[in-house]
Amino acid sequence: MNTVQMRLDDRRWNAVGGAPAVIALEHVYKTYAGAATPVRALRDVSLTVRRGEFIAIMGASGSGKSTLLNILGCLDRPSRGWYYLDGIDVSKMTPDQRADIRNRKLGFVFQGFNLLPRTSAVENVELPLLYSDAPAAERLRRSRAALAMVGLSHREQNHPSQLSGGQQQRVAIARSLVNRPALLLADEPTGNLDTRTSIDIMTLFQQLNRERGITIVLVTHEPDIAAYARRMVVMRDGRIVRDEPVENTRDAAVDLASLAPDREEVMT
Amino acid sequence: MNLGPIVNIALRALTRNKGRSFLTALGIIIGIGSVIAMVSLGHGAQRQIQEQMDSMGTNMLIVQSGSQRVRGVQSGSGTGTGLTVEDVEAIARECPAVQAASPSVGASVSLVFGNQNWTTRAEGVAENYLLIRNRGVASGEFFTASDVRSAARVAVIGKTVADRLFPGLDPVGQTLRVRNLPFRVAGVLEAKGQTQWGQDQDDTLLVPYSTAMKKLLSVNYVSNAFVSAASPEMTFAAEDQIRQLLRQRHNLRPGADDDFTIRNLTDVADMAEETTRTMTLLLGGIAGVSLIVGGIGIMNIMLVSVTERTREIGIRMAVGARSRHVRLQFLIEAIVLGVAGGLIGIAAGIGLSFALSQVFQWPQAISSASILASVAFSIAVGVFFGYYPARKAASLDPIEALRYE
Ligand SMILES: Nc1ncnc2c1ncn2[C@@H]1O[C@H](COP(=O)(O)OP(=O)(O)OP(=O)(O)O)[C@@H](O)[C@H]1O
Ligand SMILES: [Mg+2]
Repeated sequence: MNTVQMRLDDRRWNAVGGAPAVIALEHVYKTYAGAATPVRALRDVSLTVRRGEFIAIMGASGSGKSTLLNILGCLDRPSRGWYYLDGIDVSKMTPDQRADIRNRKLGFVFQGFNLLPRTSAVENVELPLLYSDAPAAERLRRSRAALAMVGLSHREQNHPSQLSGGQQQRVAIARSLVNRPALLLADEPTGNLDTRTSIDIMTLFQQLNRERGITIVLVTHEPDIAAYARRMVVMRDGRIVRDEPVENTRDAAVDLASLAPDREEVMT
Repeated sequence: MNLGPIVNIALRALTRNKGRSFLTALGIIIGIGSVIAMVSLGHGAQRQIQEQMDSMGTNMLIVQSGSQRVRGVQSGSGTGTGLTVEDVEAIARECPAVQAASPSVGASVSLVFGNQNWTTRAEGVAENYLLIRNRGVASGEFFTASDVRSAARVAVIGKTVADRLFPGLDPVGQTLRVRNLPFRVAGVLEAKGQTQWGQDQDDTLLVPYSTAMKKLLSVNYVSNAFVSAASPEMTFAAEDQIRQLLRQRHNLRPGADDDFTIRNLTDVADMAEETTRTMTLLLGGIAGVSLIVGGIGIMNIMLVSVTERTREIGIRMAVGARSRHVRLQFLIEAIVLGVAGGLIGIAAGIGLSFALSQVFQWPQAISSASILASVAFSIAVGVFFGYYPARKAASLDPIEALRYE
């Protein structure tokens, strides 16, 4: 499964040889109309992500990581270039079509969790389903299943303010999974969490990637976190400057076990 | 996408902030409440007029001496000297559509009984007056044709006069002094209450017209004639016949103005009704303005709410809400505010009109039309004033909204 193969045409790597491309970015530019001069956040970015990959995007602050991820997440559109998601050209889609893609194909996890305040965990998880056709009973069943998957069955009725940061992020991950997306995008999901909780979350991501075959693209500026991915893309000044497989991908579950146990509940 | 969850989201957002939702809806509550109260009081007044007219008999006509040139402004009607007892007798005798006619002369008189004084309006009428006016006596009896022939000093008094002059006494058979002349009280009229215009219909004294003309007023003319047509449908025929007859008797040349005025009660009722309708419209209009103010209140709070909840909107969009889902959510919030305000307003309006009618003894009639209109209007206010904030929410860019602090 880990046949690493280098493509000849460019710097791009893919970890899962022969699998169909989930993401294909071709010569993508993103320019923001800045106050004085336009900000060129992305310059000629091309990237292919195949089904089942686990990619970490690294780079200094302001290098364009979030901009790239927002485009991948259909939250934003390239100024130039093409973005094919599952072979479909996203650049040509209407806002409604992009909303539907976000709803059905993608899960997005944010650094700041972005949960609805004063809303229970299970209702936060249910949110994407409200904009699908699922009937009420089905919505509840799937939301609870997703919460169970991240080990938060016992916190269904708690509001975000009653949860720890790690728990909130797990609720957010459950929300991103509830529509069974093929692609999970995470923008510094561990940025607000301590080391232990971060590894905890990475365990969850690795598990989702390995056991459910979910493709994951994760932005981080911590090399320790990137070490849990299987491919690493490094950006600088809006360009991809490195794209290589991660040697000796670490196993988060093992690292977690080696840490001293504490009060944070252990997930299954 | 089904509507249920969106309605749910909207309701939750509103109940989460109950105090603010109530204050937001307060404008609508007051607006709808006052519309309902005003309209039902106006309606009550209108209905009361209608009932009064019905009770007087719709087949009644009043012939007044003097002409009326401009509608609503009468020049000297009732004060002219053109109408005689013979005219009235001729009307009764010669107009086939007329059932009965009674002359009427009136004057303000002072009454004395023992040491009690009272001033009232005395009216000289014929013995058939009760039949024409659709009234009756409560005790004793009315004076007779022979009383009229002999100009007898008999009187029939209204309840107010009876209460004032004969407290604790049966007035029938007593003798009171009218302008210092002794009159025997033959009977007491059935109580009738106030007219729409606040005039006490029981503050009256009826005497034979002959007595009034000869002994109280010394006049040869009568001021009015009360005429009843044979049936309500014959009212117009009666009017024509009376006009022809009087023009002929008064020797009026063709083209000359009438020297009398014939009024039927439908005219009077229409006029009174028009007045109350105008009042109702006016008050309703003022209340309507407060509704618009209430709507602007809703729009204001919805705009604040959209700004406050920018991040929430961003999150919803990020997980796949289309802009129309967001628009619908805020629109429904505005509509629910409007409708809830409307329903509370309807209840408040009904309560208010009951309370006012209790305290001031005003008639009121809740109209289902005004309730339906209120519901429709509050929905419309919600849609109209909610649309702009909802559109603003829906047009947010997901990324910008998520970044909003
Ligand atoms: N909406 C915007 N308008 C103008 N400039 C923007 C906007 N969003 C991002 N930028 C600029 O684009 C560049 C890339 O930003 P981006 O957020 O992608 O960086 P990043 O790699 O995610 O950084 P960090 O690690 O700090 O999150 C930055 O120079 C930033 O200032
Ligand atoms: Mg970033």
